Amino acid sequence: MNNMQNFSKGFFKENAVFVQLLGMCPTLGVTSTAINGLGMGLATTFVLLMSNIVISLVKGFIPDKVRIPAFIVIIASFVTVVDLVMAGYLPALHEQLGLFIPLIVVNCIVLGRAEAFASKNGVIASALDGLGMGLGFAMALFMLGSVREILGNLSILGIKLVDADGILLFILPPGAFLALGFLIAFINHVKKTA
Amino acid sequence: MEYIIIVFGAIFVNNIVLNQFLGICPFLGVSSKVSTGLGMTGAVTFVMTIATIVTYLIQQYVLVPLEITYLQTITYILIIAALVQMVEIILKKVSPSLYQALGVFLPLITTNCAILGVAILVIQNEFNLIESVVFAISNALGFGLALVIFSGLREHMDLIDLPKGMKGVPASLVIAGLLSMAFMGFAGLV
Repeated sequence: MNNMQNFSKGFFKENAVFVQLLGMCPTLGVTSTAINGLGMGLATTFVLLMSNIVISLVKGFIPDKVRIPAFIVIIASFVTVVDLVMAGYLPALHEQLGLFIPLIVVNCIVLGRAEAFASKNGVIASALDGLGMGLGFAMALFMLGSVREILGNLSILGIKLVDADGILLFILPPGAFLALGFLIAFINHVKKTA
Repeated sequence: MEYIIIVFGAIFVNNIVLNQFLGICPFLGVSSKVSTGLGMTGAVTFVMTIATIVTYLIQQYVLVPLEITYLQTITYILIIAALVQMVEIILKKVSPSLYQALGVFLPLITTNCAILGVAILVIQNEFNLIESVVFAISNALGFGLALVIFSGLREHMDLIDLPKGMKGVPASLVIAGLLSMAFMGFAGLV
């Protein structure tokens, strides 16, 4: 597999949210607006990229039996970095995302890529894989956040489209499940007919 | 009275799965049978309660006195991972029958974000030790309630003829959405 494929597979063919159905908790939890979804996606991208790079560099030194705890420590370190940097420079977004920032540690996508890809491949391939997967995840979160914000608040990225009330349900928790369900159904339909 | 508020708040009003979006992976992945749902609930209750107690004590007596609370995320995830392993080993020795029932679910629990989520929420809400234990148990029961209702609904769903694109996960998500809507009826109760 060449580098371009390593990078691009995360967007469509192996998209973490729409195809692999990983990382559902942050996907549903933070996408009440497009900007929150994007912020969460980019935070996860950073953790994925850095942990993939570090894990592919140290893979030769870690005994096989303790590799999972070792991976978790590496991932948790980068999550702490994101948490502190965000609290310092983007306090408003940090407040909105709240609990879901430390929970990037248990996001199955990050550990999944570490175990399935970075522990078997070189640095450049792993970095591209992490970046592609992360940006694919960010794209999915941004799409879901946009749909919910447009339907729920009739606005996008905080800019009001029509001066009226939206369907409040889509901002509330049930809207997350419904919007994602119909979005995945739509993607399945397009894939089958295309 | 305070405890009743915590219990009702955690089980119904702010249900951990349907309102807080924690533990969605086992919720969508495991729950196709009511019996598996019950097994998973048992394992989660067990680990969540012990994990909350241990992380609470570590937070109060190690992280805070040493002023290293920024290591919270790393410490907690390591404690939870180690704890799950230990519970598995002890259970195997002490109660083989319980191990038989819960065994397959235990490894999945390390990556269940509900466990880490509750451990962090307890600190954020500034609960004391007893309140934390009550909070952990009620959240686990809330998880179980959502899981069992959902698996019951999904058992029935197998019989329904759905459009091709909706089959599987999309339909499950829509059902979860309707369930979450039902739970919104509890809002304002506490």
